[in-house]
Amino acid sequence: MVAVDQRLQQVRFKVPATPEDIATLKIGSIVYLDGVIYTGREGVYNRVIEQGERIPLELPAVSNVNFHCSPAAAIEPDGSYNVGGVTATASFRFSKWMGKWFELSGAKIIIGKGGMSGQDYRDLFVPAGAIYLTTVGYGTGALLGRGIKRVIDVFWAEELGNAQAMWVFEVQNFGPFLVDSDLEGNSLFEQQGQLINANLESLYADLKPPALSRFGETDNRKDELI
Amino acid sequence: MIPYDCIEQAAFNIMERAAIDIPEDYRQSIVELADTEQSELSCFVLKTMIENYGAATADRRPMCADTGLPRYYVKVGNDARPEGGFIALEKALRSATARATHDIPLRPNRVHPLWRTDLNNNVGINAPEIDWSFEPDVDWIDLTTVHKGGLFGTDYRMLFPGDGIDGIKRFLLDALIAFGKRGLACQPAIVGVGLGGSKDACMVLGKQAACLRIVGDRHPDPKIAKLEMELKDLGNSIGMGPMGFVGSSMVADLHIEVGYTHTGGMPMSVHTFCLASRRATVRIHADGHLEYRTDPQWFSKYSRRETVEWSQ
Repeated sequence: MVAVDQRLQQVRFKVPATPEDIATLKIGSIVYLDGVIYTGREGVYNRVIEQGERIPLELPAVSNVNFHCSPAAAIEPDGSYNVGGVTATASFRFSKWMGKWFELSGAKIIIGKGGMSGQDYRDLFVPAGAIYLTTVGYGTGALLGRGIKRVIDVFWAEELGNAQAMWVFEVQNFGPFLVDSDLEGNSLFEQQGQLINANLESLYADLKPPALSRFGETDNRKDELI
Repeated sequence: MIPYDCIEQAAFNIMERAAIDIPEDYRQSIVELADTEQSELSCFVLKTMIENYGAATADRRPMCADTGLPRYYVKVGNDARPEGGFIALEKALRSATARATHDIPLRPNRVHPLWRTDLNNNVGINAPEIDWSFEPDVDWIDLTTVHKGGLFGTDYRMLFPGDGIDGIKRFLLDALIAFGKRGLACQPAIVGVGLGGSKDACMVLGKQAACLRIVGDRHPDPKIAKLEMELKDLGNSIGMGPMGFVGSSMVADLHIEVGYTHTGGMPMSVHTFCLASRRATVRIHADGHLEYRTDPQWFSKYSRRETVEWSQ
């Protein structure tokens, strides 16, 4: 086993994150957060951006961290909350809303699963001064669940359902996350993918071509499907 | 007669076990992969996952918040008699799903595909899925639940006999590379490969191979068992680890299930059961006694039979 902990940089800071905090982050660093974060995914984006509803809390004063997440959580009849595990959902699907969301919310950190394309980082994140943190694994639901100290509020639970609602969490030592993109738009996923691509052709070298080709799909295995 | 309440409670209990406690066979395989993994980032991911399994069990909270599409596999002994018959049994499974969603809690993932209506209980039209199989000469009922995410990592392709083993390898590589990038498949995975059958059966067999056989289990046909190992090694030679980082930990194990198919074709499906490979089984004996385990023992000599008549 490789001794990892000495070699990967580890940082912890408060939310709302300052521009200085964000500027220190290098791709591949391990991050833990304290403060307030909120969830928002297609249901919330659709409501705010497509339907023009007001964001129901003061952003970015309360928080500048948007988590692409639905918690495994229940709202009790007395209005209390039971939060079990917390895990991210794949972010690439939200690309079309992110530019407008940065404008409206002032978000500087997006947490999610799997990152976004290098193009999105360069076109949307860099101009907004925002970076991307990816969850680890991806199923550290219990570790992240431990980091949630309190549900501050839930918006649109009735309209969107628990999974798509906007949850506002107070968090402590919330992580681990890995920095995927930095302020220059470099991407850890992109760099790792390029290293792996170098080996791909050799895997197929001895395999004969298929009897039936497929229509309408990429045949370049170095491409990503997102 | 097996009481209704006993079935409902057993169905609830396995939902809780599946969501929280990682099966030992899979956990052990991740420990072993972490020992051999040479990539710093991939090793960090595997160690974090092992830590997460411990946190889930210690806190009694779900190991992954995407509790997938919770569903049931039911194996009914030919002599088993559930109270109220099979309609009541299906009701018990739907009731347990709704109760578990609120009480554990599970994420209420199930929505209408068009209107996105969420009833917040993981029950709805055609949900949860209930797969049935039967076993001769016994009077118990085995309930298995699987919590598997469902967005990435599964694919289907019609291959042809002339494509042979090369075609199988090509498609497997394509599927693992495509969905392995950025770790969308949440690897290292237990990979299930369905070969043959009708198109729908091919998908079902591959899914069951991934979710209902444990790490280390080999197909009873020695030639298929050998192919399983060969394909597992192929997957781990891609150079990709967890989260699509450079590494060697892609496939925790690989299982193949076959079904007799059309003479002109060789349909194939690929499924990946993820870093939170959640399954739990309970055997409900005729007297209502419950026995829990993590090996579903879904495939049996009877279920894989190739003769008209069944004889032991």
